[in-house]
Order: sequence, then C-alpha cells, then structure tokens
Amino acid sequence: MEKLSFRLTAPRSAGGTRAQAIVGVVASGNLEVLLERSPPADTCTIDIATAAHGFGAVWDAVVRDFVTRRPAGGLRISINDGGARPDTVALRLAQGVRKIEEPER
Amino acid sequence: MTAATCNDVSLSWYEASARQRIDALVDAGSFCEFIGPELREISPHLAIFDLPEQFDDGIVVGRGRLDGKAVLLAAQEGRFMGGAFGEVHGAKLTGLLRAARALSQDVLILFDTGGVRLQEANAGELAIAEIMRAVIEARRAGVNVVGLIGGRAGCYGGGSLIAGTCSKVIISEQGRLSVSGPEVIETNRGIEEFDSRDRALVWRTMGGKHRFLIGGADAFVDDEALAFRQSAIVALKISPGCDVAVLAAEQARLERRLQRFGEVEDAVEIWQTLGIDQPTEIPARPTGAFLRAANNRESADDAR
Repeated sequence: MEKLSFRLTAPRSAGGTRAQAIVGVVASGNLEVLLERSPPADTCTIDIATAAHGFGAVWDAVVRDFVTRRPAGGLRISINDGGARPDTVALRLAQGVRKIEEPER
Repeated sequence: MTAATCNDVSLSWYEASARQRIDALVDAGSFCEFIGPELREISPHLAIFDLPEQFDDGIVVGRGRLDGKAVLLAAQEGRFMGGAFGEVHGAKLTGLLRAARALSQDVLILFDTGGVRLQEANAGELAIAEIMRAVIEARRAGVNVVGLIGGRAGCYGGGSLIAGTCSKVIISEQGRLSVSGPEVIETNRGIEEFDSRDRALVWRTMGGKHRFLIGGADAFVDDEALAFRQSAIVALKISPGCDVAVLAAEQARLERRLQRFGEVEDAVEIWQTLGIDQPTEIPARPTGAFLRAANNRESADDAR
C-alpha cells in the first residue's frame, strides 16, 4: 500500500451540519471516501491509502482540482483505494461532499 | 412517534451496497450505526498482506425500526473482499447477536458473503463458530434471527452455515445459498462433477428458487428492497421456536429428503419428483407464476 497525504487551502468551506459521511466501497477499480469535520474552515486534509503505487502526481492533480471545484474547507477526508481511475475518484469526492452537506432528518 | 415510512424508490437488492440495503429496508431515517467507519475499527491482518482495508471491515451493524418495531441489523458488503468474514467483521456480528439476546430485540442479517476471508482464516473460522453459537443462544432466549439473501456474493461457506441457524431465511432468485461455491466444487471434484461456468447449472443448484423449493429458504421475493422489507416484516411476526422438538422434526425431514432425492442427478429431477408442473420451466417463471407452481415444495422448518 502507498500512503499519501495532502493539506490544501480550500476557497470554500463545506456546508451542512452532518458530522461525517461515507461513500463507495473498497473493491477493484473502486474506493471508499470518509469525510469528517475538522477545523480550520479554509483547509482540507486528504489522507490516501492506495493499492496502486506510483500515481502520486495523478492524485495531486485530482485533489487540487477537487478543492477548487467543491466546497471542501473544514473537511478531513480519508480514502481507502482499490485502484480506482481518476474520474471515479473525482466522482466519489463530489458525492461525499454532497452527502455531508445533505440536511439531517 | 411518527408513522413508519420506508423509501419507495425502486432499488435492486442485488445491485445495492450494504448501506443502501439497510436504508431501504428500515423505516426511513431510523438507522443508527454501531462502531461506524469513523472509529476505523479495521482488520488487524490485511496490512500484513499489503491489502487495502475498509473502515467498517465490510459489515455495517446497528439498530433501526422495521414497521415501527425496534430491530438490530447487520449488512455485509459483498464487493469488499467478497463480503468475507474476518476477525473484526465477525466480532461485530457476534457482538450484535449478544446484544440482541440481552435486549430481547430481533435481528436481521443481510448476508452477502463468500465465506471466511482466507488472509485471516483462523480468526474467521472462529468467528463463524461464535456467531452460530450467538444465533442459537439468542433464539433460545426467544429472539428472531432472520437472514436475507440476494446479494452479488451470494451466501457461501461459513455464511451459509450461519444462515442455516437462522429462524427464517428470505431469498430472491439472484440469491445463492450453498456451503461450497461452484469454483470450489469444480476444483475439488472436477468439471464432470460441477461446471462452474455453467451459469444455469449454478443457479438451479444453488439459486433462490431451488433453495425455496427444497425448504432451504422460507420466503421467496423479487429482487427489490421493498419486497425484502415486506417479507421481513412478516417473518418477524411469526413466533420463534428453537427447542429439541423443532430440531428432531427437522432431522426427520432431512432424512426423508435424502431418501427421496439422494439418487437424483439434477435439480430439475427434484422439481419433477416434487410434482411441479412443467419443471423445466421453473427458471423462466416470474415470481407470481413461480410461487403458484411452488405449492408442492418441501416445507421449510425453523431449523434447516
């Protein structure tokens, strides 16, 4: 397993009141994304454990794109990856933010 | 308390994830998870093999309401390591069943498993034994333990043994229930014994329709979350029983079944012997027509 960590400045912070959200499963070509609240509100931390080694530059591009497109500030994101493609990763991250911003029932 | 509501969106049980199944099964918004992913109670073994971990170790456990009634639930994620039982995965289910006994609350187990995880086989096998004991102890204390089978991984190996101890088993056509999986049988006994690539053979030998017809499952439902929900509500209304008389009756039934079908070569012959009209048409029949044709099925008892 390769472990990667990113600490990024996020222009927008995540809304909603849910404490956490989880999307996806760890399977071949898939990943799970766990989102939790963590101050400061303008920072997003992302910790990745991936089965596919040597793709640090691709991860860097995907997570930087994510924090500019989505409200990711104030989030601590943990990823277990089973070798997902970058588009799948981007989709799961977007789903995760949408889920943590969902109104609580 | 507000009226019990469920999600009315159509959801294929086979395609859904463990979390989607639970959300669609229980009264809307009633589920509360125990030992959730944020606690990161992961497998202590997978890292040794440099394998990916999942924060919930492939099983979601918690409490919720089903038609207003408080229940405990466990759902296996068949896509993570084939839903296989490891140390943590198994311990979560054992703990849930012990809680069910202490709280006198019924349990729903949403099976989706290939059996024991090979990378932690000793811990997994022990977990299966502990879970079976916990199921029986809960049932002896008057708790219903209902198994729901219809996932991608089916219900194989140790999972099938646990299903055998449940008070009721609900299955869909997509659900498969068997101790040994198709590839395992072919590997050990040869392709003459079982061709694992013959999907029709796999389904008519281990699939939901056959298991329902020979009394291995108690209810047959469509591959729909709502159908599983309705069937689970009915299953929990039947008073539980697990005593010597039940086990003796089941032993007698299994002996009769072996006598009746022991020499039979194929499931279709069993259906014919059961007196089912046009037995070769069974795999093609939609649920309604299948249930009408299944009138002469072997009875399923509270032990199987």
